[in-house]
Amino acid sequence: MARLLTLTLNGRKRVDAVADNLLLLDYLRDGQRLTGTKTGCDGGECGACTVLVDDRPRLSCLTLAASCEGRRVDTVESLADGGRLSAVQRGFHEKLGAQCGYCTPGLIMASEGLLRANPDPGEAEIRAALGSNICRCTGYVKIIEAVRHAARLKASGEAR
Amino acid sequence: MSEAVHTIGGYVPMVDGPEKVSGRAKYTADFIEPGTLAGRIYRSPYAHAEILEVDTAAAAALPGVVAIVTGADCDKTFGVLPVARTEHPLARARVRYRGEPVAAVAAVDDATAAKALKLITMKVRELPAYYTARDAMAPGAANLHDHRPGNIERDVHFELGDVAEGFAEADLVREKTYHCAEVCQNQMEMHAALAEYDPVRGRMTVHASTQVPYYVHLMLAQILDMEMSRIRVVKPHVGGGFGCRTETLNIELIAALLARKAGGGRVRIVVTREETFITHRGRPETEIRLKIGMRNDGRITAVECECCQRGGAHSGYGIVTILYAGSMLYALYDLHRVKYIGRRVLTNTPPCGAMRGHGTVDIRFAFEALIDELAEELGLDPFAMRRANYLTAPSFTDNDLMVNSYGLPQCLDWLERESGWKARKGKLPKGKGLGMACSHYISGASKPVNWTGEPHATVKLKLDFDGSIVVLTGAAEIGQGSSTILVQSVGEVLGLDLSRIRIVSGDSEVVPKDNGSYSSRVTFMVGNAAIDAAQNLKKLLVAAAARKLDCRPEDVECLGELYRAGAQDKGVSFDAVVTEALREGGTITVTGNFSTLPASQGGKKYRGAAIGGTMGYSYSAQVVEVSVDEETGVVTVDQVWVAHDCGKALNRLTVEGQVQGSVWMGMGQAMSEEAAYHEGLLLTANMLDYRVPTIKDSPPIAVGIVESNDPYGPFGAKEAGEGSLAAFLPALANAIAEATGLRFSSLPVTPDRVFAALEKRQRDQRAVPGKAA
Repeated sequence: MARLLTLTLNGRKRVDAVADNLLLLDYLRDGQRLTGTKTGCDGGECGACTVLVDDRPRLSCLTLAASCEGRRVDTVESLADGGRLSAVQRGFHEKLGAQCGYCTPGLIMASEGLLRANPDPGEAEIRAALGSNICRCTGYVKIIEAVRHAARLKASGEAR
Repeated sequence: MSEAVHTIGGYVPMVDGPEKVSGRAKYTADFIEPGTLAGRIYRSPYAHAEILEVDTAAAAALPGVVAIVTGADCDKTFGVLPVARTEHPLARARVRYRGEPVAAVAAVDDATAAKALKLITMKVRELPAYYTARDAMAPGAANLHDHRPGNIERDVHFELGDVAEGFAEADLVREKTYHCAEVCQNQMEMHAALAEYDPVRGRMTVHASTQVPYYVHLMLAQILDMEMSRIRVVKPHVGGGFGCRTETLNIELIAALLARKAGGGRVRIVVTREETFITHRGRPETEIRLKIGMRNDGRITAVECECCQRGGAHSGYGIVTILYAGSMLYALYDLHRVKYIGRRVLTNTPPCGAMRGHGTVDIRFAFEALIDELAEELGLDPFAMRRANYLTAPSFTDNDLMVNSYGLPQCLDWLERESGWKARKGKLPKGKGLGMACSHYISGASKPVNWTGEPHATVKLKLDFDGSIVVLTGAAEIGQGSSTILVQSVGEVLGLDLSRIRIVSGDSEVVPKDNGSYSSRVTFMVGNAAIDAAQNLKKLLVAAAARKLDCRPEDVECLGELYRAGAQDKGVSFDAVVTEALREGGTITVTGNFSTLPASQGGKKYRGAAIGGTMGYSYSAQVVEVSVDEETGVVTVDQVWVAHDCGKALNRLTVEGQVQGSVWMGMGQAMSEEAAYHEGLLLTANMLDYRVPTIKDSPPIAVGIVESNDPYGPFGAKEAGEGSLAAFLPALANAIAEATGLRFSSLPVTPDRVFAALEKRQRDQRAVPGKAA
């Protein structure tokens, strides 16, 4: 079965016909060509597909598109402001929170979700918020620095 | 006044960072274009069987199925080593591991392809299967490959110096057996390939998630039986590799076979995480018997090492892996009497390959754990014992490895100071421990896999009317930062801001051939080629500037954006120099090359002695601090200090990132990662059962950069991306030894193993009256 899905995707209202069993991940990647959101595993293992649904991090590979009716869905593509990198994006770029970059969109969205809820997280809070996102390159040390840097950039108004 | 821009030695964010953090970076699976066929692979459910029939008729009849290929479609073989190209992209006659590709389908969409796979059947005659090296080597075992009797892929044997005499000179000799579980790269991007066949021109274009586009190019030509000139290989962004993408994988070959069989068009294969695990090419399960003799002063007098690797069903890199394990016993310490027996064994498990720290890691675990034990027994401090065994540089080892720079002493000095070793070792509260260990790695193999006589690395630079410089390189950026290093290197020579320099890497249509991103060769070899190219370009620019300034070229001072004839001269701008330089011949392209010294290419004292030869060894030393919960067996790494001699840090940010990533990957292998099988079926083919450390499990890692200024490295640099992995494993085991008094010789040291060992000790102590704790 299919239905009409109304949602706000990256700040824009959309109406799309979607199958009931369509995953949000496939809706974003195959349907909307928003390939920033990555597939890294066979379901719920790695966090690479993390997006924000109503500002909260969600694994899009375990979320039905249809369940996002009336909600706000934000992907990594929504963050840059007129081409300028957001605070979290700058944090990951400037502090080398990204190496191969494949887990990065998921980690960035999980971090964005954290900072929207908690603008000044401590190290333990950062570790807790990113605990379901696997990165295979960095050892996470610079990811923690990236999130702290992003929080500073946001607080100082240097970046959104 | 203009000044030359310098970035070498700075903290420079990656040049391709903005794409990665914005979601614009495209990986192979991100090329989603209408009309692309979806490819899926039918895999063997049998571990070892003779194929009697593969029936694809029902699948072919399914509406939406466009092409099916089986082993019957390709009788050619592939493999990374010219001496061991014995693997078929789709099994013919025999399957040798569970999950080996047997057939593949291209269909209009993924759901149809998946449905078609279910309609494929195979008839077989099952053969005896061997899941351990021991079983495969047992007398009477059937051969997996007819040309490898006894299932021995390679036997290595050397003795350099009189080992018996060495043991006789020792004050203490100990022998122990070590076991390391098989581990996988588990890079974040699952394998993917996109093949496009143009039947009009007879050309094939393949996008592949590879570390070596050149090898993919060679193997496509071989498998498709096509001229190399008709093939184009594109490497988009790659989501990590850690060695499993050094070899051409069956996935890209199968995608190409499907695209051609379909009569043209595009076929995209994106395999699952489970299939990515099964495609494997990880670090083999390894058993090591190690015997070391030591004098009272800590000097190592003799080493005898027997190493057995369970290689899996195909050769892959295996011959090289077992050779590295032996040759790299050397070049860390001053060793003279060494005997090595290595066996690489073929088994009915997925093929292993060249994982980060290739061949050196498990051996280093055993070595550093055993010398720690010897030192303890002799009452020697682990730092002092290692200091008694330093090499000197420049020198050659007994197996002819050329050591040109040696920063291990500085690594130990930094480490001892920063970790507070002297004040803290042996004085920590119960359940806590400090352990240390060392490791090293090559900066690229001095002898390339494909010996063609060409330079080891070639870089082209293009300078055009717009004043931009484009670096053209086949060196694959896979997240390690190679593109950033090459851009920095060119910028440094020319004194230009990095914004003037762009880079194109990994499209065979545009860039020169490169031997690829593995064995930590890119910074050293391609970096040197980039410097050479930039110097060649600079000569042309200086000559042009001299014409403009009406002076001799040797009097021209290059300040990047300004060229002048002396401090008082107003000079001419870079743009004006470019215009002058282009006047005669138009757009400028220059070439830079690098070749290794013949003396660095290893020796001939035993068969395969070239393996291990490099122009620059990196050195690493680590201290790991742990807490062990004796109630649960859980080991927590509280802190790691690591010193890494990378010759010269061209980019401190990426060096730190590489070193931290290496240490952390070592931690995964040491503490939680393990590929487990049941009768050849990979049980851990997902990221929940194959446990890599999360951010919650991961310690702070303090990095000390040691710069020994290698005489041949680019700006003095050596590798930074692999050498620090191995030392973590023994440093952890040595730390646990202090915390618990138990020496673990099997990896990974999981909580259940720690708990079992603690319980056993308690039982043993109870069993001996009067010895209770």
